[in-house]
Amino acid sequence: MNIPQDLKYTENDEWIRVEGNTGTIGITDYAQDQLSDVVFVEVIAQVGEKMEKGDACATVESVKAAADVYMPVSGVILEVNEKLPDAPEIVNTDPYGAAWMVKLEISDPSQLDSLLDAAAYEARCQARME
Amino acid sequence: MFHPHTDADREAMLKTIGVGHVNELFNDVPAAHRFPDLNLPPPLTEMEALAELQGLAGANETARDLVCFLGAGAYNHYIPAAVDAILRRGEFYTAYTPYQPEISQGTLQAIFEYQSLIAGLTGMEVSNASHYDGATAVAEAVNMAHHHFRGKRPRVILSPALHPHYRETVRTYTRGSNVVVSGDQGEVDPAAGPDALIPLIDESTALVVAAYPDFFGRIYDYTALAEAAHQAGSLLAISTYPTALGLLKPPGEFGADIVTGEGQPLGIPLSYGGPYLGLFATRQEYVRKMAGRLVGETVDNRGQRAYVLTLTAREQHIRRERATSNICTNQGLMALAATVYLSLLGRNGLRQVAELCYHKAHHAADRIAALKGYELWSDAPFFNEFVVRCPVPAQDVTDALLEDDILAGYPLGKDYPGLENCLLVAVTEMNSAEEFDWLCAALEEVSNG
Amino acid sequence: MAEHLMCEISVPGRQGVRFPEPDVPRSPLPEGLVREDLPLPELAEIDVVRYFTRLSQLNHGVDIGFYPLGSCTMKYNPKINEEAARLPGFSQLHPLQPSDTVQGALAIMYQLQEWLKEIGGVAGVSLQPAAGAHGELTGVLIIRAYHRSRGDERRTKILIPDSAHGTNPATSAMSGMEVVEIKSDARGNVDLESLRAHCDDALAGLMLTNPNTLGLFDENVEEVIRLVHEAGGLVYGDGANMNALLGIVRPGDLGFDVLHYNLHKTFSTPHGGGGPGSGPVGVAAHLVDFLPDPIVGILEEAEEDLEVPPLYGLITPAKTIGRVKAFQGHFGMIVRAYTYIRMHGPEGLRAIAENAVLNANYLLARLRETYHIPYDRVCMHEFVVEGRWPDVPDVHALDIAKRLMDFRFHPPTNYFPLIVHEALMIEPTETESKETLDAFAETMIRIAQEARSDPEVLKTAPHNTPYGRLDEVKAAKELVLCCVPEYIR
Repeated sequence: MNIPQDLKYTENDEWIRVEGNTGTIGITDYAQDQLSDVVFVEVIAQVGEKMEKGDACATVESVKAAADVYMPVSGVILEVNEKLPDAPEIVNTDPYGAAWMVKLEISDPSQLDSLLDAAAYEARCQARME
Repeated sequence: MFHPHTDADREAMLKTIGVGHVNELFNDVPAAHRFPDLNLPPPLTEMEALAELQGLAGANETARDLVCFLGAGAYNHYIPAAVDAILRRGEFYTAYTPYQPEISQGTLQAIFEYQSLIAGLTGMEVSNASHYDGATAVAEAVNMAHHHFRGKRPRVILSPALHPHYRETVRTYTRGSNVVVSGDQGEVDPAAGPDALIPLIDESTALVVAAYPDFFGRIYDYTALAEAAHQAGSLLAISTYPTALGLLKPPGEFGADIVTGEGQPLGIPLSYGGPYLGLFATRQEYVRKMAGRLVGETVDNRGQRAYVLTLTAREQHIRRERATSNICTNQGLMALAATVYLSLLGRNGLRQVAELCYHKAHHAADRIAALKGYELWSDAPFFNEFVVRCPVPAQDVTDALLEDDILAGYPLGKDYPGLENCLLVAVTEMNSAEEFDWLCAALEEVSNG
Repeated sequence: MAEHLMCEISVPGRQGVRFPEPDVPRSPLPEGLVREDLPLPELAEIDVVRYFTRLSQLNHGVDIGFYPLGSCTMKYNPKINEEAARLPGFSQLHPLQPSDTVQGALAIMYQLQEWLKEIGGVAGVSLQPAAGAHGELTGVLIIRAYHRSRGDERRTKILIPDSAHGTNPATSAMSGMEVVEIKSDARGNVDLESLRAHCDDALAGLMLTNPNTLGLFDENVEEVIRLVHEAGGLVYGDGANMNALLGIVRPGDLGFDVLHYNLHKTFSTPHGGGGPGSGPVGVAAHLVDFLPDPIVGILEEAEEDLEVPPLYGLITPAKTIGRVKAFQGHFGMIVRAYTYIRMHGPEGLRAIAENAVLNANYLLARLRETYHIPYDRVCMHEFVVEGRWPDVPDVHALDIAKRLMDFRFHPPTNYFPLIVHEALMIEPTETESKETLDAFAETMIRIAQEARSDPEVLKTAPHNTPYGRLDEVKAAKELVLCCVPEYIR
């Protein structure tokens, strides 16, 4: 189970990488493992769109499951990953790198404080695997 | 009784379980309500049951006993013998939903064929494995459009010339959502064509629904309506009668985004209203928004081409409360009936049936219009159904003609205030020239008082 | 050997069934509306019949072998039902015919309504819903309408146990209700604490399947219902598992306000490869007015001394939620269910439940040493085992399921309910003999042994079926949903 130390996490298995005021969002290694082979990714968020924490920004589908990806924090969408719809399998192979889903300008950095750090997220994954 | 156990079997099994009497297996049931006496008639053997049922069947007069000009959403078409011969194979009808594809390729490949035929027939790119009927198919189209716009476009416009039962069903289905249904509340005259809906479309419209042929049997070119819908950012759904598509331009060519329909005319008996078949087809770009089962092609681990239920992650058993629809069942065996029917008729046979319906209906309409006191309500082109304005209330006409063993048609007064004298008459390949003689003679009698 | 598709064996000019020339003059065809091409195959009748006959031989069905799919009730489908539904006096009735001409059909519908009322312990029944999920939608809409009719628009929460079938939450969401999941306790019952926490004035109702999808009769069912009623909510009974209850208990007597019946499970109408089903809805007295439109009623009472039967007709309930489909309901399935109940009578129905529960408990007893039973209680008509063993972690329920096919058994339901890991839900039904059950138990035990001695044979199963495991990822990624002839690919 890969859980990079420098990221923050949500209970719904999203990760966010914060660089200055920019956030990059995707889903975790645990999530892709649970889904198994991802066959479809749709990024619903559009560049320039203002989205709130908790809004659905993408959908990920595998043969046996479908999941919505929610915004961990509020912000304005700067970029969406256009490569994902054509190569959904990279969610399985590179969840923290090439399979990023949206980049946003964070509007309220204090929302980051309520997210999980790597250790807390690992504990959450362990609890669910029992 | 269909359980095979003898007393000896039961005893041995109880012993293995470790209880003395089968009643002990029901100790979790509250004692006060356990083992009620059911007030039901005593059992009959198969022989006796069949006799009783034959008596009840004999108490009905059918669309074959009577001369049938009744349509309005269900049609008396000929069903070739081979259809039922296939449907009665236990491998098809006693199988379940094909969740284990290795031992369900019969069902899966048949559904794949069904999807292909319906897509081709409607001029669309993809069809699902069916909905319950034509009415619920429209309701699912409304649902799909509503979800496609994420609830941000609440309006749905229904043509008043869409089947009354279908419009009522849409209302029932949308009661718990923010959908606002309009178009059939007097905003538009039912006598007008589909372009009359255009002024109602705006940026809050998710879906416009029209019928082709419409409830009154009329046919139009829907290109302008499709363009108007798309310009406003809305989708267009067309509810269709598949037999008509043996002759007529398919709705896909007008620009429809969704095509629904009632598949009963394709080899399914009238059966007093059900089970029927809800057709549903759309464009490839909306395939993931579409509810209902879908069969896709793949290979097995021996390299054989094979078929499997796919995109199942959209469905209720996985998405649960986030599913677009709760639909689980499709109309499996009815879809098979339609597939066999279309295969037996083929490209030429379906065209033949459609032309028979068309020519016979137009001939009948001409003869009725020539009778004193009767005229056609609309001069729009039609397929096999048309509305006759009668000299007396249509209900009186149908009552009188029933005495001559004729089902004259469907009186429109209850569904369309102001059309109490109007009768919807349907003609199929099953109606003979002689029957038109009887019909006209009986109508004349009514007109003469 | 894979079968060619019809588009691949189509030959231009062939036609299976022909029709006569018109016996009337031809009229001009509508300008601009005639289609140019009709992409249907061209096959002789023998081609069509052979094709579909050979396809059918690739299927497993109840008529071929054991089909223990939990919660599907794959019991024997009596052939007399097929005769009955096909009587021309039934199959050739147009749904809009005047009531006078269809009194026999209306009598059957009326009687089935009455019998289902008696069996379920309810005051009113509608036969209109076309399937179980359709019945659920109808029931939840009735609950919603009831509360709103009393000005109680705050009540929007529907509670659903975590063991529930996916149609329950999907239905509630479709009806505009808020779905709240409640937990099951360690014995597989509804957790009363979890339930109590949500019993407030926003509660619309609880959807309860009893016996539940673990095959267990809720030990606290009366308390569960009492709590919901006390908070002002209604209780919906999902009737998928009614096969365990016929003549044993009536859900209405326990306090259920609304329930649906599955004619294609409990009442033997065939599953048809995925449908058609039929999902009538039953309601308690305070909900009768809300039933969908139409139901069958008596317009004029019978005159016994003159031997005049009652006059039946279609009636619109006073506060109906409206239509849930066109026309009346799945009449063809209604005739089958009528025939089935008529042939069983009250003792026969009770024998169904007794034997269904007996068979399930017998199989449970035979398997309990070999498979872990997460909720080890007396079960009802079905039970759940775990398809995994700690000493062979690479073997999953899926592998067991695929291996069963090599022995001509359809696998049980797998991966449901979600609250059991590697679940295998087994429902034998009452129509299976002890020999069949023994053969199945012995095969399951053999597979458990193979899991240790030769796990590869499980992981690569099935071997003896016409097809092996399919690539489902490919099917989802490379969507091919329509026939494209080989020569075009």
